[in-house]
Amino acid sequence: MTMDFSVLLFVPVFSITAILLGLFFRGIDRKLGAKMQARIGPPIIQPFIDLKKLLMKENIVPENAIKWVFNSMPLIALSASILVLLYVPFLGFPPLLSGYGDLILVLYLLMIPALALAVGGFSSGSTYASVGAQRELVLMMSYEFAFSIVIVTIAWLVTKTAPVINAFSLVSISVVPVWGLVGVMGFIGLLLLLLALMLVMPAELGRLPADIAEAKTEIADGVFVEYSGRNLALLYLALDVRTIAFSSLVVALFFPFAFTEFVPLQGIVAVIANALFFLVKVFIVMFFGSIFVHVAVARFRVDQAARAYWGPVLLIALIGMALVMWGTVLG
Amino acid sequence: MSNSFELCVGPIHPALKEPIQLDFEVEGERVKNVSFKLGQVHRAIEWAGMRRNPIQILYLAERICGICNVCHPMAFSMALEKIAEIEVPKRAEYIRVINAELERIHSHILWAGVAAHELGFDSVMHYTWRVREKVLDIIEMLNGNRITKGVFMIGGVRRDVKKEHIPKIRQALQYYRDCYAKLEKIFLKDASIKARTRDIGVLSKKEALKLCAVGPTARASGVKKDIRVDFAYAAYPWLDIKPVTPEIAGLKARGDTFDRILVRLLEVKQSIDLIEQCLNDLPAGPILAEPVLQKLLVQLKGVEGESIALQEAPRGELIHYLKMAAQDSPYAWKVRAPTYANLPPLIPMLSGCEIADIPIVAASIDPCISCTNRVVQIDNDDSILSMDKLRELSVQKTNKILREVKK
Repeated sequence: MTMDFSVLLFVPVFSITAILLGLFFRGIDRKLGAKMQARIGPPIIQPFIDLKKLLMKENIVPENAIKWVFNSMPLIALSASILVLLYVPFLGFPPLLSGYGDLILVLYLLMIPALALAVGGFSSGSTYASVGAQRELVLMMSYEFAFSIVIVTIAWLVTKTAPVINAFSLVSISVVPVWGLVGVMGFIGLLLLLLALMLVMPAELGRLPADIAEAKTEIADGVFVEYSGRNLALLYLALDVRTIAFSSLVVALFFPFAFTEFVPLQGIVAVIANALFFLVKVFIVMFFGSIFVHVAVARFRVDQAARAYWGPVLLIALIGMALVMWGTVLG
Repeated sequence: MSNSFELCVGPIHPALKEPIQLDFEVEGERVKNVSFKLGQVHRAIEWAGMRRNPIQILYLAERICGICNVCHPMAFSMALEKIAEIEVPKRAEYIRVINAELERIHSHILWAGVAAHELGFDSVMHYTWRVREKVLDIIEMLNGNRITKGVFMIGGVRRDVKKEHIPKIRQALQYYRDCYAKLEKIFLKDASIKARTRDIGVLSKKEALKLCAVGPTARASGVKKDIRVDFAYAAYPWLDIKPVTPEIAGLKARGDTFDRILVRLLEVKQSIDLIEQCLNDLPAGPILAEPVLQKLLVQLKGVEGESIALQEAPRGELIHYLKMAAQDSPYAWKVRAPTYANLPPLIPMLSGCEIADIPIVAASIDPCISCTNRVVQIDNDDSILSMDKLRELSVQKTNKILREVKK
């Protein structure tokens, strides 16, 4: 398969759009969170202002850090986050890099920013960052299993019921919405899988109640503690883009409906409507998975989080999987 | 290779509102050993006080602590009133109690917000601090200022509770009664708060007694001790008051962080009742024993003697020691803030807990570090005496006295 020239052209466009959207959504997130806490909150453009400020600041590398690891991790985190976005349907367009990898690759790519954060934390030589990095790894090991079960179940469902070539391809999943493939039993199963995925979301994105690796009041921002200036800006960007990427993945798996399916539109209007509709869906997912949760709970301890993800969340995912299988095989 | 490493929390750390250095020996996430160092915010307030006249000291005493700035000037005036044998008018005693209890409400609610913040529950912090605004408004209405009120005077108070104030205070008390149900629901019922505080940072009753914990920290461990009851001062003897322990809510005292939250919330309720009682019984009469300050100063200049005043500050037992020697300024003035007594219990509380528990457990004694820093150790080896050296000196001195007695 030869690389299409237009892909090369679209990659920078998509990356910049993703970064801008990530910052914009972070602004909305902060504003809404503030409103829910009865505060005025920062202006929506605050993340842009922060980014500008961070880029102007000095980039300090601690003396006892491993310099090349310490400096490269923010870049790796950001590029992996952007890469995820190129593999999931975004703004109503099919994935830019479809054909070069599938859901399994996305699963791995989503792990990279967390790993990069942990490695960056370990390499910084700070005790707080090391504690944060350990926590990040423990947390990752806890939620990854439940997350994989959700992904694999959906892929299995698509293979079993819809005659498509590659079940793990996000294109085929987004063409055939999963809700139509199942009966009542499977429907409940899918709801449970969606619930499990939403519960994984705060941990995946490092938000409350699972912002354990950062835990400002405990370990002073943990893995971030030694990062400053450009490196910190890149890490924040990576987190913002990862938020968009993960939400897009949830949208692609569970809500791949296009606006034009409900209202027939033509040409450029259809493209814009689909893109806006997509953003609304991403926002709704973000709202329930991250914004709403982080104002409603206290932070978990790392052992409590691990227990929660290996216990109830995993159970929800497994029951969801069983119900989907049962419904599909019997029905 | 040893698995343990050292983690230093403070003097500057996001979990700490004031500088104190906590050194931990940590294995994985578990704390094995704790020690703490003080002395980063020593401001020599007592030294400054010993160069001022008693009325000036009142305003200095108020600035020992940013939050409990009723109890410090009150304890100082009580100490001096005892030496000078000034009788405080009964109305002033009631107004003092009203001010002290308003302070307790605002201090405890402020603390509840800090505790929520330490748990990462910022929504609760913003809620509690918004609720706290009401009591600050009342304090401002009564005293003209929200925090540093300057309302105390030797032999009484400077500002009266006027007739038109009373309905507004009652209204505020009703507001807190209404909020209380919600605060109780948040702090005592919420699963995520309970998971982070139940059986965390336990201080057994035995250890609380052994390490002389004071205030809510001791009461949460089931020690029934409250200066307002044990050494009743001001108008407290006439009020209906009992030490608040978890037993009052029908629970067994476990001495954990949850119990300390519970005790403080119950004390907010108790304070509301106490203010209500004070408003009902508020006697008529003057509010100052000697309204002319010049006369008062001359009177105070001639007094001689020493005394100790005890107070139940929001954080616990507060002691002011004062010695007057017929001079303008005191011969000696010593303050022991409640946090000083509550820091040693931190060690059993923190040993064995996890890193994630450090902020909430450290916050659970409601530490006020700048109150506690009454002495600073400078690097001069001659001035630091070890326990053995002190004992040796004492033995020498005793022998010397014995020899003198024999002659």
